[in-house]
Amino acid sequence: MPMPLRFLTAAATAAALAFAAPVAAQQKIKIGFITTMSGPQGVIGAYMKDSVELALDHLGRKVGGLETEIIYGDDQTKPDVGVQLAEEMLKKHQVDFVAGIIWSNVMLAVMPVVTGAGKIMVGTNAGASPLAGSLCNELYFTTSWNNDQTPEAMGKFVQDSGVNDVYVLAPNYQAGKDMVAGFKRYYKGRIVEEIYTKLGQQDYQAEITQLRSKNPKAVFAFYPGGMGIQFLKQYDQAGLRGPLPLYTVYTVDEITIPAVKEAALGGWETRFWSPDLKNQANQKYVADYKQKYGKLPVFYGAQSYDGILLIDSAVRATRGDLKDTRALVAAMRKADFNSIRGPFQYNINHHPIQNFYLLRAEKVAGGDIEMRIQKTIFEKHKDSYSQDCKMKW
Amino acid sequence: MTWGLVFEQSLNGLQYGVMLFLMAAGLTLVFGIMNLVNLAHGSLYMMGAYFAVAATQWTGNYLAGVALGLVATLMVGMLVEVVALRTLYERDHLDQVLATFGLILFFNELVAILWGRAALYTSLPSWLQGHIDLFTGSRYPLYRAAVIVVGLVVAALLWYVVTRTRLGMLIRAGASNRTMVGALGVNIKLLYTIVFGAGAALAGLAGLMAGPIYSVQPGMGELILIQVFVVIVIGGIGSIRGALVGAVIVGVVDTLGRAFLKPLLGHVISPTAAESAGPALASMMIYLLMAVVLAVRPAGLFPARG
Repeated sequence: MPMPLRFLTAAATAAALAFAAPVAAQQKIKIGFITTMSGPQGVIGAYMKDSVELALDHLGRKVGGLETEIIYGDDQTKPDVGVQLAEEMLKKHQVDFVAGIIWSNVMLAVMPVVTGAGKIMVGTNAGASPLAGSLCNELYFTTSWNNDQTPEAMGKFVQDSGVNDVYVLAPNYQAGKDMVAGFKRYYKGRIVEEIYTKLGQQDYQAEITQLRSKNPKAVFAFYPGGMGIQFLKQYDQAGLRGPLPLYTVYTVDEITIPAVKEAALGGWETRFWSPDLKNQANQKYVADYKQKYGKLPVFYGAQSYDGILLIDSAVRATRGDLKDTRALVAAMRKADFNSIRGPFQYNINHHPIQNFYLLRAEKVAGGDIEMRIQKTIFEKHKDSYSQDCKMKW
Repeated sequence: MTWGLVFEQSLNGLQYGVMLFLMAAGLTLVFGIMNLVNLAHGSLYMMGAYFAVAATQWTGNYLAGVALGLVATLMVGMLVEVVALRTLYERDHLDQVLATFGLILFFNELVAILWGRAALYTSLPSWLQGHIDLFTGSRYPLYRAAVIVVGLVVAALLWYVVTRTRLGMLIRAGASNRTMVGALGVNIKLLYTIVFGAGAALAGLAGLMAGPIYSVQPGMGELILIQVFVVIVIGGIGSIRGALVGAVIVGVVDTLGRAFLKPLLGHVISPTAAESAGPALASMMIYLLMAVVLAVRPAGLFPARG
């Protein structure tokens, strides 16, 4: 490029910025963040909020260079409360984005409300299959995964390890069934029995007695949150940890490990991310998180951190123009930010195409128990529902 | 399905039952004697678990932790009675439900502020770990066996206190006719405080025994409270004997239902239908049982008042 032209371009850009600047300076970005802050699951929301705050710290408290206000909402794990919150955020607070949401059923209720109002919804956990398939929406993005992907990775690992006679346990609700379906999509060996327990059940002794009488070679389980703490403790107390390998998804994580310690040791998990994942963005995130909060982050938080960074990247790309939804969507599709999982692409249905790793709970220096990546199970794994999504880019 | 397996599952049911009994005993006494619906009983269970964990950490001794946890829950129970509940005895049940629901929120937030929202780590002393060998050839966790023993011993003690002591006589009299007991010059206020404190301590005992097997976190009390209400409705409100029988029935029915309903249904209907109907029906079992008991004996199996 000859010198004068380059100078002209620079001058034009500077002029454009100069004219754009006053608009941007007056503007403020508002993000509604819905999660669960009360009740037994409130701990997950606390981890998510901590990560959102850390993302803001890293962005100098300015998302997309704009003055930022985050409005947090507590959905109490209830879809109707989630919808109420979203409506209040959209109408009263006039938010530009809504983000967060842990539970698939809450997301299925809230997403249409937000996208119906013409605003962008950034999911940071819930991964119900319809959202990736028939219900996919231009204005809906997720920084997590589709429910089936994580158990698919576990199914592949168990299948490749040549383990047979697996006993399967999960809570009796949609996500429980999704997890088992995902596992069975890649695990083709014998299943001794499939047991569905009551959602929120505390005592698994009856199931454990039943399980032991069937002499399986391995156990696959999905027990998120408090259910996981209970299941892991009782599995250990029954003397099964060790003799009977336990393959889980969303059960052994940075929230449950501190509550069960040794009872988690040796447990296998699959996940798209882990605190020990080696990339610059993640190492900074984990180190700063530990320094600020004195504990390890958990994947719910990692996804929420990415959610804020995704919004930041889009607002920067449109130079702070929050009204141009099409341009925001186009920018978000590029996923042009330093994700804690490393670079990734969006699939046609706005779900990440990403790696899945095998993790194991190990004793690390200092005596703590932490998850450690063992190997990569899937590279650039797509979910199994994107073909049902009719979206055109 | 072998008889050994049925025996082991019955033990599991009994263990769950005695845990429910410890909760139900206090709740049913308070309901029967003071005519107070106490939704916050689950909060006392939670406080028991938290106090025991904190005291065990502080003293470094499990038994000292248990003792301190019990005393602390007793104190909290009496404090709650004196400060909050005393004014509610003459109000109708709706006011009591509202006020004690408020107490649930208060205690859950208090615990979250003091100890955080994350579940606490609980461990067992080495002498309570391990297993006992059953004659059926399988092994049973020692801790769960200990829970059964403690629960049955407490039941026996309660039976002795209620039927053989002067305090027990007053309690029974209070359950039958409160006004008359007051008119005879008994310090009914003190009696109420003692009964409520004892009920709280029993809930605390259940909570601290639940700690090592369940998750010690805010809101843990509400998870068990509903089953406890089912127990006292089945057993008959105000009756300790009813609470014991009701708790064991509920514990055993729930456990056996979860374990054997699906395979049994598989013989009657198609296995695929049993696959989905089994777990759904198993989680309804105790409520179906309650409905049947209410239909046949509306006052429960052992009603306290004639």
